[in-house]
Amino acid sequence: MGRIGAFKKVARLEAPERDPRDRTRDMREFVGTLPLTELREQAARCMECGVPFCHSGCPLGNLIPDWNDLVYRDNWREAIDQLHRTNNFPELTGRLCPAPCEAACVLEIQEGDAVAIKQVERAIIDRAWDEGWVVPQPAERLTGRHVAVVGAGPSGLACAQQLARAGERVVVYERDEAAGGLVRFGVPEFKIEKRLVERRVDQLRAEGVAFRFGVDVTSVDELDGYDAIVLAVGARVPRDLPVPGRELPGVHFAMQYLYDRQRGGGAISAAGKHVVVIGGGDTGADCVGHAHREQAASVTQIELVGEPPAARSDELTPWPAWPMKLRTSYALKEGGERDFAISTTRLSGDGRVEQIHWQQNTGRPPFELVPGTEEVRRAELVLLAMGFVGPEPGLVEQAGDGVFVTGDARRGQSLIVWAIAEGRATARAVREWLDARDASDSIAAARHGEYTPAR
Amino acid sequence: MCGVGLVARLDARACHETIARALTVLANLEHRGAAGADADTGDGAGILLQLPDAFLRASVPWELPRPGRYGVGVCFLPQLGRRRAELEQLLEETVAAEGQVVLGWRDVPVRPGEAGRQAGLFAPVIRQLFVGAADDVDDALALERKLYVIRRLAERAAGPELVLPSFSARTLVYKGMLSAPQLGRYFPDLTDERFASALALVHSRFSTNTFPSWELAHPYRVVAHNGEINTLRGNVNWIRARESQLASDLFGDDLRKVLPVIRPGGSDTAMFDNVLELLTLAGRSLPHALMMMMPEAYAGRDVSEDLRGFYRFHECLTEAWDGPAAMAFTDGTVIGATLDRNGLRPGRWLETADGWVVLASESGVLDIPADQVVRKGRLQPGRLFLVDLAQGRIVPDDEAKAEVAGRKPYGAWFDGGHVRLADLPPAQPRPLGQPLRRLQLAFGYTQEDMKVMLAPLAANGEEAVGSMGNDTPLAVLSDRRPLLYSYFKQLFAQVTNPPIDPIREAVVMSKQSLVGSERNLLEETPEHARQLVIDNPILRDEELERLRAVDSDVFRARTIDFTWPVSDGAAGIEDALERMCVDADEALAAGVNVLVLSDRDVGPERVAMPSLLAVSAIHHHLVRAGTRLQAGLVVESGEPRSVQSVAVLIGYGAAAVNPYVMLATVRELVDADDAVERAIAAVSKGLLKTISKMGISTLSSYCGAQVFEAVGLSAGLVDRHFTGTPSRIGGIGLAELAEGALARHARAYPERADELLPVVGLYAWRRDGEHHQWNPETIALLQHAVRGGGRPTYEQFAALVNDDSARRSTLRGLLRFREREPIPLDDVEPAAEIVKRFSTGAMSLGSLSREAHETLATAMNRIGGRSNTGEGGEDPDRFGDERRSKIKQVASGRFGVNIDYLVNADELQIKMAQGAKPGEGGQLPGHKVDRYIASIRFTTPGVGLISPPPHHDIYSIEDLKQLIYDLRCANPHARVSVKLVSEVGVGTIAAGVAKCNADHILISGHDGGTGASPISSILHAGVPWEIGLAETQQTLVLNDLRSRVWVQTDGQLKTGRDVVIAALLGADEMGFATAPLIATGCVMMRACHLNTCPVGVATQDPELRKRFRGKPEHVIEYFFHVAEDVREIMASLGVRRFDDLVGRVDLLEPDAALSHWQARGLDLTHLLRAPDVPDGTPLRRMEPQASPLEGALDWQLIEVDGGTFPVRNVDRAVGGLLSHHVTKHGLRERRQYELHGSAGQSFGAWLAQGLELTLVGDANDYVGKGLSGGVLAIRPPGAATFRAEENVIVGNTVLYGATAGRAYIRGLAGERFAVRNSGALAVVEGVGDHGCEYMTGGRVVVLGPTGRNFAAGMSGGIAFVLDLDPAACNRQSVDLEALEPADEEEVQALLREHAERTGSPVAASVLGDWDAARFTKVMPHDLKAVLDLPLSAGGIGFVTRESEEAVA
Repeated sequence: MGRIGAFKKVARLEAPERDPRDRTRDMREFVGTLPLTELREQAARCMECGVPFCHSGCPLGNLIPDWNDLVYRDNWREAIDQLHRTNNFPELTGRLCPAPCEAACVLEIQEGDAVAIKQVERAIIDRAWDEGWVVPQPAERLTGRHVAVVGAGPSGLACAQQLARAGERVVVYERDEAAGGLVRFGVPEFKIEKRLVERRVDQLRAEGVAFRFGVDVTSVDELDGYDAIVLAVGARVPRDLPVPGRELPGVHFAMQYLYDRQRGGGAISAAGKHVVVIGGGDTGADCVGHAHREQAASVTQIELVGEPPAARSDELTPWPAWPMKLRTSYALKEGGERDFAISTTRLSGDGRVEQIHWQQNTGRPPFELVPGTEEVRRAELVLLAMGFVGPEPGLVEQAGDGVFVTGDARRGQSLIVWAIAEGRATARAVREWLDARDASDSIAAARHGEYTPAR
Repeated sequence: MCGVGLVARLDARACHETIARALTVLANLEHRGAAGADADTGDGAGILLQLPDAFLRASVPWELPRPGRYGVGVCFLPQLGRRRAELEQLLEETVAAEGQVVLGWRDVPVRPGEAGRQAGLFAPVIRQLFVGAADDVDDALALERKLYVIRRLAERAAGPELVLPSFSARTLVYKGMLSAPQLGRYFPDLTDERFASALALVHSRFSTNTFPSWELAHPYRVVAHNGEINTLRGNVNWIRARESQLASDLFGDDLRKVLPVIRPGGSDTAMFDNVLELLTLAGRSLPHALMMMMPEAYAGRDVSEDLRGFYRFHECLTEAWDGPAAMAFTDGTVIGATLDRNGLRPGRWLETADGWVVLASESGVLDIPADQVVRKGRLQPGRLFLVDLAQGRIVPDDEAKAEVAGRKPYGAWFDGGHVRLADLPPAQPRPLGQPLRRLQLAFGYTQEDMKVMLAPLAANGEEAVGSMGNDTPLAVLSDRRPLLYSYFKQLFAQVTNPPIDPIREAVVMSKQSLVGSERNLLEETPEHARQLVIDNPILRDEELERLRAVDSDVFRARTIDFTWPVSDGAAGIEDALERMCVDADEALAAGVNVLVLSDRDVGPERVAMPSLLAVSAIHHHLVRAGTRLQAGLVVESGEPRSVQSVAVLIGYGAAAVNPYVMLATVRELVDADDAVERAIAAVSKGLLKTISKMGISTLSSYCGAQVFEAVGLSAGLVDRHFTGTPSRIGGIGLAELAEGALARHARAYPERADELLPVVGLYAWRRDGEHHQWNPETIALLQHAVRGGGRPTYEQFAALVNDDSARRSTLRGLLRFREREPIPLDDVEPAAEIVKRFSTGAMSLGSLSREAHETLATAMNRIGGRSNTGEGGEDPDRFGDERRSKIKQVASGRFGVNIDYLVNADELQIKMAQGAKPGEGGQLPGHKVDRYIASIRFTTPGVGLISPPPHHDIYSIEDLKQLIYDLRCANPHARVSVKLVSEVGVGTIAAGVAKCNADHILISGHDGGTGASPISSILHAGVPWEIGLAETQQTLVLNDLRSRVWVQTDGQLKTGRDVVIAALLGADEMGFATAPLIATGCVMMRACHLNTCPVGVATQDPELRKRFRGKPEHVIEYFFHVAEDVREIMASLGVRRFDDLVGRVDLLEPDAALSHWQARGLDLTHLLRAPDVPDGTPLRRMEPQASPLEGALDWQLIEVDGGTFPVRNVDRAVGGLLSHHVTKHGLRERRQYELHGSAGQSFGAWLAQGLELTLVGDANDYVGKGLSGGVLAIRPPGAATFRAEENVIVGNTVLYGATAGRAYIRGLAGERFAVRNSGALAVVEGVGDHGCEYMTGGRVVVLGPTGRNFAAGMSGGIAFVLDLDPAACNRQSVDLEALEPADEEEVQALLREHAERTGSPVAASVLGDWDAARFTKVMPHDLKAVLDLPLSAGGIGFVTRESEEAVA
C-alpha cells in the first residue's frame, strides 16, 4: 500500500514538459516522464484506499491502487499485467486522458494534491514496450465465429482486440488509410507520436485481427457472412456555427484542420495568419497548438461559456466529481490569448474571412448578449471546435440483433477511456450474445436429435 | 456462574452444624445468584451432603439396613398423579430388574409458599426412594455402581420428565429453582437438628447458557460448579464417539445400560458431572478423574517428572474440558475444589483451630473470629484443594497429585508409546505437478488473498490488520460464490465466560495435537499412549509425506481423495461423499489410524469439494458409526489459506492441516528462506487467537468443538454433515457448493493458461468486485446530502442503499413492510423526538482525532441524542459543555476510567464485545498515543496500548452483576448499559444481563467498525444484528424481562428503513457509527490503524488533523434526514408514536418479490416469530430496574466524616457511593474510615482523592478497582495468630484499572494484582500469577512471591520485587534491572508508609535490614525507550494539551 504516510512528505510532481518556446519549433511529443525513481516516489504516495475513488472515477475501472503499489515496489512486470487487465491501450490514456481518476483521488480533497496516476500509467506502459513485455496474445483456440468491426478508433480497436483474444475471427473496416481514428488523425503528433498507434495495431494484427482500410461501409448488408457486427464509427458530426459569413473560405471545422495537419498539410494553413479558434475544449487547444507550430501571426481562442472558478467549487462540483474550474491548456501556455463568455455574431471578409465580430454574453445559458460589448478582430483562419452532435447518419440506425453500436457512436462524443471501456464492454456483449445464440442452436439441434455433447 | 461453597469437619464427625454453616455460607453468597422476572424466583440453589443415616432411620417407618447397604434416590416427579405413579412404578421395576430391593418411598416435606411464583409453577413432587442392596453386592462401591445403573436405566426409559438429583448410598442432594435463602426454608429437613453430615457442598446459581429449572440447580451428583465449559460441544461429541469402546471389569455387561453417558438436555455442569461420575465409578479416584478432565497448564510450570508423565499420558486418552471453572466436588468421603488452568474463578478457603474447613467463592461467608483461623488461602489455577476426611486433613496439591501420578508409570508409558512427527523417517515433499496458478484458480485464490492475506503472513509473520467494519454481503447473499469457510461465523466468549489473551498469557495455551486411535477411556495401559504427537497443526509438505508414509503395526495411514470427476457434474459430489465414507470405513476396518483427506488429485478432469465439507462429513460419519476414535483426520488441501479456514477445519475434526497451495504461494510471493516458517507461525498464532476468543486454551479441546454458527446453509446440509451446528436462516445446500467448486474449476482449466487471479475486492472496494455498502457512490451522496445537496440527495443515497440492501447486502434487505392503512405525515411524532433515540458508536478519542470526536459529541448533544466516549476516556475540559459524551464506555482496558469520568455520565456502557472483533481486546498503536491522548488515558506518550481480551473483573455473569453494581455506586444517576455482539445464544445472555440489573442492552451486529483488528475477526466472527436482535427480543419478552431494559442495536445502519426495521425487530434505540463519520468527511480509507487518515478523522497527526472538515451541522443534518425518512415510513404504516413500533414483528414480512435469496434457500420466519405470550405483555422498556443500592454501607459513611464500622462480605463496593458523593459535590478534604471484618467484592472501588479506607480483616476480589486517588490499607486483625505474609488477605484482580492513589496490603493477593494499573502506588506481600499484567503506570512493590507470568504485557509503570525469581517473570516486554538511588528512596518511602498503615513486620524488617540488591526493578521496554528519548526528539509529533490550547 505505497509507503505509509508518504503522501505527507513527498510532494506531487507534474510531468516534465519541454519549454513552450522550444517545443513549438518541432512536432515531437512535449510531455516527458519523470525518472523512474521519482515515479516510484510518486506512486508511493498512493494510500490504497479502502474505497479507491480513483478506480471508481476511471471509466475503465483501472486498478490504480494495485499498480501504483507495484510500481512503488519496483515490480513493473506485474504492474503492466494489472494495467492491461482493464486497459488495452494505456499508452493512449497515459498521454491523452484528462485523468478523472486524479480528480477523484482522495488526496485531491486537498485540491492539487492527487497522486500522479496518469504519469505512473504512462511510465508502466512505456517501460513495458521498452522491455519487450508487450507481446501478442493470440487465442489458443478459435471459436470459428466471425465478427466485423466498423471503425478503427479506440473503441473499435479495443473491441476487436478483446474479441480476437477470446478466439473470435475479427475483421476491422476503416474508411481512412490507417487505424486509430481521432487518436491517429485528430490528435497532434506532439501529443502522441503515431508510431505508438502503429505499434499497437501491429500487435492486433499478430493476434489475428485483419484490417481493411479505405473501405467506407455504408450498410450492414455489405458485411454478409459475419456472425456479429460492431459499429464503432464515432460521433463525427461537428456542431456548426450558424452566423453570417460562416460560408466564407478560411472558416473550417477544427477536425478538417487537424486531419490535414496530420496528413502532412497543404489544404489549410495557419502560417502567418491571424487565427481564431472558437471553442475552449481540447480540440480547440490542439488547433491552437498546431497554429503555434505553423508560426501563425496570432492565435485567439474564445469560449461561449463564462470563466469558471479558479478552484473546485464544493457547491457546483464537490469532490469526487470532475471539477468545473479554470484550466489553462498546454497550447495557451505556448502563446495566444483566450476570452470567455464570447458569442460570435458574424464573420466577414472580402472573398475570404478577414474579421470576426463578437459580443460578450452573460456567461451562462441562454447566453444573452451584453449590450455595448461589440468587438471586431482580425481573423484570417477561423476554426470551429465546438464539439460534436452525434454519429453520421446511415449506419448506426441499422443496429439490431447481432449488430452492436459502441464508443462515441453509442454514447456521444467522449474521452478515450470511455471509448476503450465501451469497446471492451461491447466485446463482452457480443460474446454473450454469440454464446447464447449458439447454446439455443444446440438446444434446438439437440431436440432434433442431431447434437452430441462435446465431452 | 454463581456462588459455590463447601464446609467440612476434619474429624469427619457428622453433625447438623455443618449443614447450618453451609446454609449460612449460601445465604451470604446470595448476591452471586440471580432472580428471574419475579424477584422471588431464584435461578437455583442446592446442597449436597453425606447421607444422614440417623435422620433417615428416624424418618421412615420401616427398618433400614446398616449404613452402606442401602441407597437413597432423590426423585423429582411430575405433579400429575397418573404420570407420577407410572414413573414410580418404572423406578421400582428397574430396581427390581437390577436385582436390588425397593425398601419404600418417603415424601420429602416442602413448604411451597417459600418458593417464588414461577418456581412454584414448575415445582416437582419430591420423593425419596430407598433401595436396599442385594446380598451379592459386595461393597459400597459396587452398590454405588448398581444405583448408578438403575438411575441411568430409569432416566433413559422415562425421558426428561424424571429427574434424579442423587441416587447414592453415600450422598444426598437437596436443590431447586430457589434463591439461596429460600433453600433452607423450602426443605424443612435441612433445618432439622438430626439432619447431620461431616461435609456439605452448596451452590447458588446464576444461569446464563440455559434457562433456570429445578433440574439444573446445582449441586449435581458429584460437583457444583462456578463457570462455564467452553469446549462442551466437542467434549460431548468425543464422549459419544468413545462410547463404543468403553469397557470396564467393574461394570461388566452393566456398562451398556448406562449409555449414553451424557443425559441430553443438561447444562455444561450436568454433562461434566455425568462423565466424572462414570470415570470415578469405573475405578479412578476423584482427584484422578478431575486431573484428566481439567488438567493444569503443566507445560509452563515446574512440575515433577511423574506428574508431567501423568498429564502427557492422559492427553492421549482425552481432551480437556476447558473453560473458566471453580469445580467443587465430593463423593462423600473427600471434598474439595479445583480451578481451571487459567484461574478464572475465585475461591477462598480457611481452616479453623477447631477443625473446620470452609471454602467459598468469597471470603467472609462465615463469621469466624480472627484468632480461630489457622490459615487461609485461595484456589489457584489448575491446583487441587482437597480435604480428606479419612485422613482428617487438607491434602496439599502437590501431595494429592503426586499420589495419583505415582500410581502407574505413566511417564514411561507415554515415552514408550508416543511418536513425534519429527521422529518419523524423512520423506520427500510431493511436487505440485501442475502450474501453481492453475491450482490457485481452482481453489478460488484471489489477488487480494495474495496481497492482503498471504504477503503479510509470509513477510511479517503476522495476520493482516484492517479497520472499519465489514460492509460486504453475507456469504449466502454474495454473487461471488464465497468459499464454504465464510459461511461459518466464529463464536466467542461474552459475559458468561472470558476470552483469553493468547499472547500475554501464552503460558496456558497449547497447540499440540494428537493423531492416532484412542482406546477404552475406562482403562489405562501402555498402549493408550500410542499417539502421534504433532506440535503444530499446520503441516509442511514434507511433514505430511512423513505422515502419509507411516505403515507399521502401530500407525498406518491411508489417503482418501475428496475430488470427483468433472464429468459427473454437480451431482457427482453426493457420490463422492458416499464413496469417501465407504473408503474410510474400509480403511478403519483394515486397521488404519491416520486418515489423510486429500485433494491433490485435482486437475483438468477432477474437481475438489470444499475441504471443510470433506472433513466434517467424514468426522460426523465416523461419529455416527462409533468408529471416530479409531483414527485421526489430517487434511491435505489446496483450499485453506487463512486463519479462518484452518480454524474451521480443526473445529470440525481435523487434527492437522497441510495447506500445500498456500505454502507454495508463500514461497513464490516472498523470496526468503523462512517465508513458510513465518506463514505457519502467523497462522498458528491466529489460530490460538481464534480459540482463545472462545475462552479455549488448548487446541486439542478445540478440535471438533464446532464453536461456530452457520449462516446461510440449509438445514439438510447442516444436519447431515455439520451435525449440531446452529443454523437459523437456512440457505444453500450441497448442489450449490458443488456448482461453486465447478465454477472455480472452470476458471482454472480454461482455454488460456495465463489467466490472472480474480480481483474480488473483499477487503477494499473494486468496481467489478464484491459488493460494498459503502462505495464511491454512497459515500459521495451522503457527503453531498449534508453539504448542500439536502433532502433530494439524501433520498438518492437512501434509495441506493435500500435497493442495494435488497439485492445483495443484508438480511433486512430481504424484508418488507406489510401494507397498512397510512396516516397523514403530520400525525407522526416529530423528527426532533425520534433523533433522541439515536446515538453514535463507541469510537475512542485516540482512534478518532480530537476534532472528529468532539464534532460527533457536539452534534449529538445538540439534538438530544447520545455520543459515546469509546474506550479512551474523556478530556475533563469537556465535562461541562456540549462536547461531553453522554455515554461513557467502560471497556476492558479501563483507559481514562476514574471517578470523575464515571460521575460525568448519563450512561455507563460496559463493552463486553465489539462487532468487528468480539472476544478480542483493542489496540492503540504507539504512534497514535501523543501527549494529549496519553494524558487522558493516564498512560505514557508513544507507548502502544493493549486492551485485554476480557474484562479482568468479568469472568462470569455474577461478575458482570458486580461491575454493574460498582458502576451504580460510582454514579447512581446514570443508566447502565451492556454491549453485546450478536451470536447464537445472545438472547439467553441478554436475559442474564437483564437479571444483572442492567438498564440497557446493546445488541451489536458483526459488521461494526473498528480502528484496527485482524481481518479474520472483522469478517468471520459474529452474526448480523437482525438475528441477534430478534433472538434477544423474543427471549426477553418470553421471560417477561423486556419491560425492564432498553434494547439498542447497531451495525451498518444507514437509512430510515434500517431504523424502522430495527424497531420492529425489537430495538428502542439505534446506534450509528460509520454513517455519521462519513458525514463528517470519512471516506472509508480503512487506514485508521496507520494514523495516516488523509481527512483528519482517524489520526492524531497534527498536520492531518488540520484537514478535518466536518461540522456538527453535517451530522445533525444526516440524522434529521434519517428521522424524516423514519416518519414517512411510520405514516405509511399508520403508526404515530415510535414506541408503538418497537417489537411489532407482525408489521414485517419476507419480501417475496426478491427471488434470488429464496433460490438460495433462505428462510427468515425465525426472525419474524412473535413470542407466544399473553396480550399486553410489554414489548418495550416500561419500568426501571429495582435499585440495588438500598442498604449499602456507604450511606452510613456518607453521613459522617470518618469513623469505625463493621463490614461483611455482602457489603460490596464499599467506598464507591462515597466517592460518587464527594466527587459530585467537589468535597476534597481528607476523610478516614476504619472497617472491621471481611469486605465484599470491589472494596474501595473508584475511591476518590481524599478518602482513606483502612480494613482490618480481609477482602475479596477487585479491591481498589479503578482507584481514583484514595488510599487503601488492609491488614489482619491484631488477634490473628497466622502470619499475614503467608496468608491470602485480598482476592484476585486487585487495583484493576487503578488510575491514582495508594494501596497497602499486608498479606498475599490473588492472581492479576494491579492488572492495567495506570497510576496507583501499591505495596503487597506476595501476589499470584499474572501480577502487573498490562500495567501502564504507577508503582508496585512486592515483598513476596509473584506466581508466574509476572509483568506480562506491561508497558508502563515500574514494579519492585523483593527476591524475584526471574523465571516467574514474563520478559517479553520488560527488563530486569537493579535499583538506582532514586528508586531506593521511592521504595523506602512506600515501605515506610506500608509499615505505618498496616503494621507490617515484613516491611519493618526489610527497612531495618536494608539491602537494595535484594530488589529487582521490573522496567518495561516501552517506558524505557520513551524515557530515553531526548526531549527535543518529538518523533511522534507530541503536542501537549497546553500548547495545543494555545494554538486553538
